[in-house]
Amino acid sequence: MKSVILRAGTRYLAGLLLIFSVYMLLRGHNEPGGGFIGGLVGATGFVIYVIASGAEEARKALRVQPQNIAMVGLGIALFAGLFAAPFGDALFTGQWLFIGATEDDKGFPLSTVLVFDIGVYMVVFGSVLALVLAMEEEI
Amino acid sequence: MAEAKGSGNGLTGNGWVGVVPVTFAGALFAWFAQFLPAVSAGEVLRWSMPWIPSQGVEIAFLVDGLSLTFALLISGIGTLVLLYSNTYLAGHHHYARFALFLTAFMVSMLGLVLADDLILLFVFWELTTFTSYLLIGFGHEAEKSRRNALQALFVTGAGGLAFLAGLILLGFAGGTTSISGIIAQGDAIKEHALYLPIFVTLLAGAFTKSAQVPFHFWLPNAMAAPTPVSAFLHSATMVKAGVYFLARLHPSLSGTDVWFAVLTILGAITMLLASFLALRQTDLKQALAYTTLMALGALVLFLGMETGYAMTAFATFLIVHSLYKASLFLIVGCIDKATGTREAEYLGGLARLMPFTAAFAALAAMSMAGFPPFIGFIGKELKYYGALAVAEEPVLVAGAVLIANALMLAVAGVVSFRPFWTKPANPAPKQAKEAPWQMLAGPAILATLGAIFGLFPDLLEDGLVGATVVSLTGDAREVKELKLWAGINMPLILSIATFILGIILYVFHRQARTALDRFFSVTPDFDARWDGFLEGLKALAGWQTLLIQNGKLTTYLFATFAVIAGGIFAAFAARGLPELNLTFADLGWKKASLAALMVAGCVLTAITSSRIAAIASLGVVGIAVALVFIVFSAPDVAITQLLVETLVVVLVAVVMLRLPLLPPARFRAAHAALSVAVGAAVTLVMLAVLASPLDRRLTDYFEVTSWPEAYGRNIVNVILVDFRALDTFGEIAVVVIAALSAYALLRTTKGISR
Repeated sequence: MKSVILRAGTRYLAGLLLIFSVYMLLRGHNEPGGGFIGGLVGATGFVIYVIASGAEEARKALRVQPQNIAMVGLGIALFAGLFAAPFGDALFTGQWLFIGATEDDKGFPLSTVLVFDIGVYMVVFGSVLALVLAMEEEI
Repeated sequence: MAEAKGSGNGLTGNGWVGVVPVTFAGALFAWFAQFLPAVSAGEVLRWSMPWIPSQGVEIAFLVDGLSLTFALLISGIGTLVLLYSNTYLAGHHHYARFALFLTAFMVSMLGLVLADDLILLFVFWELTTFTSYLLIGFGHEAEKSRRNALQALFVTGAGGLAFLAGLILLGFAGGTTSISGIIAQGDAIKEHALYLPIFVTLLAGAFTKSAQVPFHFWLPNAMAAPTPVSAFLHSATMVKAGVYFLARLHPSLSGTDVWFAVLTILGAITMLLASFLALRQTDLKQALAYTTLMALGALVLFLGMETGYAMTAFATFLIVHSLYKASLFLIVGCIDKATGTREAEYLGGLARLMPFTAAFAALAAMSMAGFPPFIGFIGKELKYYGALAVAEEPVLVAGAVLIANALMLAVAGVVSFRPFWTKPANPAPKQAKEAPWQMLAGPAILATLGAIFGLFPDLLEDGLVGATVVSLTGDAREVKELKLWAGINMPLILSIATFILGIILYVFHRQARTALDRFFSVTPDFDARWDGFLEGLKALAGWQTLLIQNGKLTTYLFATFAVIAGGIFAAFAARGLPELNLTFADLGWKKASLAALMVAGCVLTAITSSRIAAIASLGVVGIAVALVFIVFSAPDVAITQLLVETLVVVLVAVVMLRLPLLPPARFRAAHAALSVAVGAAVTLVMLAVLASPLDRRLTDYFEVTSWPEAYGRNIVNVILVDFRALDTFGEIAVVVIAALSAYALLRTTKGISR
């Protein structure tokens, strides 16, 4: 499927989708979205790239082995879960830090929950891509 | 090189790897020995800590006469065997591995005999199976070694499964998994409705482990292991695990007709068959292997009975046999090392070259043959007492014991008289010389103990034997006297008959061997049967694999979905259809058009002959489903569905479009019917679910707590990453595993398909 138009188009489309996927990931806690959806959107972006430019190009653009991304994601999620241990909470209890919190405003929230969601994102993204790339190269 | 190092300077050649296990085993022996006074005085020591409290399973250990006897034999012989191995296998490139296996085996075996909980006992039971597999297959370069190790693993492992079932039933019947607790219930198990299943399954485990007929074939094959292993596993330990277990539960299970009949008959058959097979062997180690079988048969035979004489005979012969068998195995190892052969026909006149070995061999063999004043003589007398005390058919039992004992005497002559004191028929491959002290220590100590116990039998009577009999019967009065001279009585007459018959058999053992060869060539060969059985099993597996795994994706999918539909319909057939509330009153134009879209997509998928059209129309169905979610305001689910659907269409297209083309597609009625059936089944399930009122408790909880406790307004996401984060973690782990497996599969077939 070597279409020049498709190839040219996907360069931008894939980039957009990747940015959008991060947006979906970050807004997930309060609006529709989250790590799972974000990972799928990101993977879709790359899958389009695979279709347009081929697996080899996509691997070059990715730089890292997708299965490694998935494994690292799993590790990050585990880390986020274990992070509760030093604070004496049950595993996978979310830990929150509110930067600059005042009486009225709870400030800028940081949490292990987001770290966990980033892990989920990477697992989904890496796993889907690992499958698609392997299939594309195999068949 | 190993030779030069091992027997040249007489020092061990494995450094600390060799020394540490010996020290460890020796320390264990010393530790167990300190319990001797207390246990001899009738004390029972017990330690326990909770393990699975909800099931009442404990990590419990019990030291009484029976377990202490075994523990001392295991750790004591273990120490000597490890010392021996360090020289026997000096400089072996895998000695560390060997020492680890042997030590691990010893510890598992100790755990087995000390465990006071059925589940704990099973864990150790299986550990001995695994470690003995590793030990038998230690020389894994040899095909025969691997095959025999696998055979032992299969036979004992299969028995272990039956054993586990028996233990669970026993725990169920006794209401506890504590062994002492079960024994304390007296006759309760014997009268329980599950007694027969318990008996059969436990016996299957014990008989495979202790190599009783008809599972006896694996034990001689296990001689593929290095000789010290044979001395250890096949004299004192592994094979006695089954015997130990039967003895342990003797108070609870024995005394029924079936127990008496099965144990006595199979024990006697094993004993006799093994004695004849032993005389037939020309390989010294094989001959000893079969005499071990004989001993195990005799021990099982005595466990079949209940009299104090039988129990005393059991306890005494257990110790007697371990002492002489371990030392003779080790001596055969010395002979093998010194001359390069174990074939009786090539050995002779070694007494001049290996005087110490010859002396210890003589001591051990005298005990084995049952000559006074060795402990073997007392053991033999007690066997006759025990046999004559049998309620039914004492003459038959005593006769069987007599024949077996006479054959033992002949085999003792073949193994430890002939190689040392007669002229060899053929020259040995190597000029022999005396073994180093580390290899003589074991035989020396064990054989001397046989003489000491013979001269001072009270040591045993008041010590281990007495305590063991008390463990078995619970009554100190059942301990029968151990003495060399009990006056002229029936056992003494039988003993004399044994000597005469045994010596005759020894003198004519070559002729006997020819006759036995002729006899056994026409009887079934269990070992060959085993190979046939394995071949048959493989053929069956191959046949059913071809039948089920035919490699056609359509078959797999068809079967999977047929099972799903069938299962759901079966459930409805059993429980009745739910009350269906089918009204379409509030079906607006949006929902109606989405439904129409789905139906159209399905129909097109089924009837189109173009693949790309089928994939696209499936995608239409999926997107319609996503739209349904939007209509019912579940944006998260809708987005996920949409993305998954997109990716699935891409993946399916990638695969499907490049698969070889099928013959022109026709309408596949069976597939269409199955689709309709699955659809109908799932619809029914959905309707049934909707028919019951929705339980909103969880939903309410999440709605209320999501923002104040988890600082998130998107409940779906908060559940995923916070409330149920552990579940999510499990799920993403599965995703990674699935992706990696699929990736690996695709990668490995790459080279093959091209």
